[in-house]
Amino acid sequence: MRLSGIRLEHKKNTASSQSVPAPIPKTVRIAMQQCAGAACDVLVQKGDKVLVGQKIGDSGKYMSVPVHSSVSGTVTGISELLQVSGRVCKCVDIETDGEQKVIGGIEPPVVSDRESFCDAVRNSGCCGLGGAGFPTHVKFGYDDKKFSVDTLVINAAECEPYLTGDHREMIENTDSIFDGIASIKKYLGTENVFIGIENNKPDAIEKMTKAAAERDSSVKVVALKAKYPQGAEKVIVYNLTGRVVREGKIPADVGVIVINVSTCGFIGDYMKTGMPLVKKRITVSGESVGTPCNVIAPIGISFEELLRFADCDMDKLGKVITGGPMMGIDIFDLTDPVCKTHSAILALPREKKESKNVLISYKTQTNCIRCGRCIQACPVGLMPTELEKAFDRKDRDMLKRLKVSLCMNCGSCSYVCPAKRDLAEKNQLAKALLRT
Amino acid sequence: MSNLTVSPSPHVRSNQTTAKIMLHVLIALVPAMVMSAVQFGGRALMLTGVCVLSAMLWEKLSCVIMKRPDSTDDLSAMVTGMLLAFNLPPSLPYWIAVIGSFIAIVIVKQIFGGLGQNFANPAIVGRIVLMLSFTSEMTTWTMPAWSSVDVVSAPTPLRDDSGLYSYTDLFLGKCPGCMGEVCKAALLLGGVYLVIMRIIHIHAPVAFVGTVFVFSWLAGKDPVYQILSGGLILGAVFMATDYVTTPITPKGKAIFGIGCGIITCVIRFYANYPEGVSFSILIMNIATPYIDMATRKKPVGADSEKKKKEATHEK
Repeated sequence: MRLSGIRLEHKKNTASSQSVPAPIPKTVRIAMQQCAGAACDVLVQKGDKVLVGQKIGDSGKYMSVPVHSSVSGTVTGISELLQVSGRVCKCVDIETDGEQKVIGGIEPPVVSDRESFCDAVRNSGCCGLGGAGFPTHVKFGYDDKKFSVDTLVINAAECEPYLTGDHREMIENTDSIFDGIASIKKYLGTENVFIGIENNKPDAIEKMTKAAAERDSSVKVVALKAKYPQGAEKVIVYNLTGRVVREGKIPADVGVIVINVSTCGFIGDYMKTGMPLVKKRITVSGESVGTPCNVIAPIGISFEELLRFADCDMDKLGKVITGGPMMGIDIFDLTDPVCKTHSAILALPREKKESKNVLISYKTQTNCIRCGRCIQACPVGLMPTELEKAFDRKDRDMLKRLKVSLCMNCGSCSYVCPAKRDLAEKNQLAKALLRT
Repeated sequence: MSNLTVSPSPHVRSNQTTAKIMLHVLIALVPAMVMSAVQFGGRALMLTGVCVLSAMLWEKLSCVIMKRPDSTDDLSAMVTGMLLAFNLPPSLPYWIAVIGSFIAIVIVKQIFGGLGQNFANPAIVGRIVLMLSFTSEMTTWTMPAWSSVDVVSAPTPLRDDSGLYSYTDLFLGKCPGCMGEVCKAALLLGGVYLVIMRIIHIHAPVAFVGTVFVFSWLAGKDPVYQILSGGLILGAVFMATDYVTTPITPKGKAIFGIGCGIITCVIRFYANYPEGVSFSILIMNIATPYIDMATRKKPVGADSEKKKKEATHEK
C-alpha cells in the first residue's frame, strides 16, 4: 500500500527550459529571517562596502543559519520587512555596483568528521530549499545516541503544479547532487540512499539513474506516481522506505533523513567551491507570465524585478504566489525580496481562466453534502469534513481525537471539495485553536 | 500598487461542484425515465414532470420563506423529485404526487436545514408517507404496455411469486410496479454510469444486493427473483448511495448496505408489507451517525488518545 492523494494538472511549462541567470538588480534587500528558526543579527552598517559571499547576518542560536550578501555594493540602510508569516524582520538594503566582486577566502571547507561537516553546512547558510527552510545542519546534527540514522531520502518529487526548479537541478546539476550525496554518506554514515522522483519527469529519472549507475550504484532512483502530495515528508518517507513517521515524531525517529534535491545539489557545490548560498533557482510561471522560465536569482532581488524579467503582464495581475498553487503563500507587496525558501513565483491574472484547475477565489461556499471526497483525498487519512464541524463548534476534544495536528496543510481536501469549502484553512485554524 | 488577492492556500480548486454531481445523477436516471415512458405511456412522463416541478417549487418557496440563498440551482431538488416519481405507481393522481414532494422537500429537507442537513432520504420518506396515507392509490398497479402477461391490473411480483414473471421479464421491466423501479436494466445502466463517473462508490449497492441474495438463499427463497423484483435495484443504486444520509467512509457504506439488505429481507419474508426496501433505507439512515462514529478512519501514524493519557498518568 502506498500513501497517495489526488491527481492534479501538472502545468510544468518550464520543465524543458534551461535556467537563465537573472540580471543583477540595482538594489537588493536581504532579509535576516530566511529559514525556520531564529532571525539573524545584522553584521554590517549603513555605508559599509560588501562583497559577494560576505556574511552580513548571523545568530548565536543553533536553530538558525547565517545570511550572506548576494551582490557587491554599498549598504544603504537597515529597514524592516513585514513577512508573509506576519513577523517583522530586519532587512539589509544594498545598492549594487554591478561588479559582483567575490570576497576573499572563499575556498572548499576542510571537513574531517560529522561535527565539522555540520559546522561547514551551517556556515554555508544552507537551509531546506524545498520551501520549509529547516536549517540543514540541524537535520544532520541529530543526536546519535538517540537516533540511529541509516537512510537518506532525497526528495525530488516536486509534486506541486508549475514548479520545475528541482527538475532542472537534476538535469543541469546532476554531478553536484551526487557529490552532495557522497559527502553526506561519508560524514553521516547513511548506507541507503533513495532518490524519489515523480514519474512525470522521465528525463530526470533517466539522467539520475544513469548517473547513479556511474557514480554510486547503491543509490536507488525510484519513480513515484505523479500524485499530489507525493513530496510531503511523511508521504515520501513511507512510499520509499515503508517506514511510518508517527505522530509528533521526526523522520530521524525511524532512521531517515530527508533533504530536498536542490539542497543536496547545493551541498555538493559548496563542498567543491565554498561559495555560500547567495542565489537560488526560481520558477517564474503562471498564466500572466509571458516567458515562463527558471531563473537563477540572487537572494534579495524583488519579486517585481523577476516578474518583469519574465515578461509578466503587470496590469492585469490578480494573484501572485510564492511556491506552488497548492501550498504557496500569496504575496501582497511585489517589492518584497526573494528569500532562500522561495521556489517559485506564480503570477495569475485577475480574470479566471477556465481550465481543469480553476483559480478559486470568489466562489461561494455551499453546504457540505458529505460526499466524502475530502476523506478519500487526505494523504494521512484524516476526516476534514468532521474536523471542520468540530472546529465550528470549537470542540477541542474532538479535534484532538480526530488528530488535526497531523494535517500538513497540503490542501488536497479543499481542492476536491465540490461545495468549495475551505477545509484546509479550517484545519490550520483548528491547530491554532489547540495551541491557545 | 496593483490590487492583489490574498487568500489561504490552496489557490486552485477542482472544477467539480455540487450541481455537476447532481446533474450526473439526473443523467443516470434518464434511461429509467425513458423506460417508464415506454412501459406506462405519456402519463408516466407527466407524473415525473409534476414531481420534479413541484419539488423545485417547494424548494424555491422554502428558500424564500426561510430567507436562505436560492438553492434550486444545485439541482438537488430535481433529483429528489425524480426519485420520488420513480417510487410512485403510474396511475397515482397528480395532487398526491405534489403532497409527496412537499413532504420530501419541505418537511424532510428544508426544515432540517437544507441540502446536507437532512437525516433521512427525502424521496424515501415522501414515498413512505404517501404509502401510509394513500395506501389504495399507492398500490394500484398498472400492467406495462408491452407485457406478455395479459392482465389489466395485477399484483406486483413480490405479492405473487407463483412464477408469473420470468427473470427476463423482471430484468427488462415487463411487470407491474412503481414507474422507475420496474426496468432493472435501465437502473443498472445508470448505476454503472455513476460508478464510472466516480460519483458513487460501489460498496453500498453491492453489500445491499449481496446481502439480500445470501439472506434469501438461506431463507429458502429464490434469490435472483428477490433481487429483480420490487424496488431493490432502485434503492440500492440511487437511494443507498445518497451522500447526505449514508455513512461517509467506504467501510461505513458497506455496513450500511448489509444492514439495508437484512432489514429488507426481514420485512419481505416475515412482516406484513410485501416490500421493505424503503423502510430498510430509512432505518439505516437513522443509524448512519452511529455507523460513522464506529467507522472513523485511523490517521496514518496516529497514536490513540487513550494510550497517550495512560502514558502521561504513569509519568
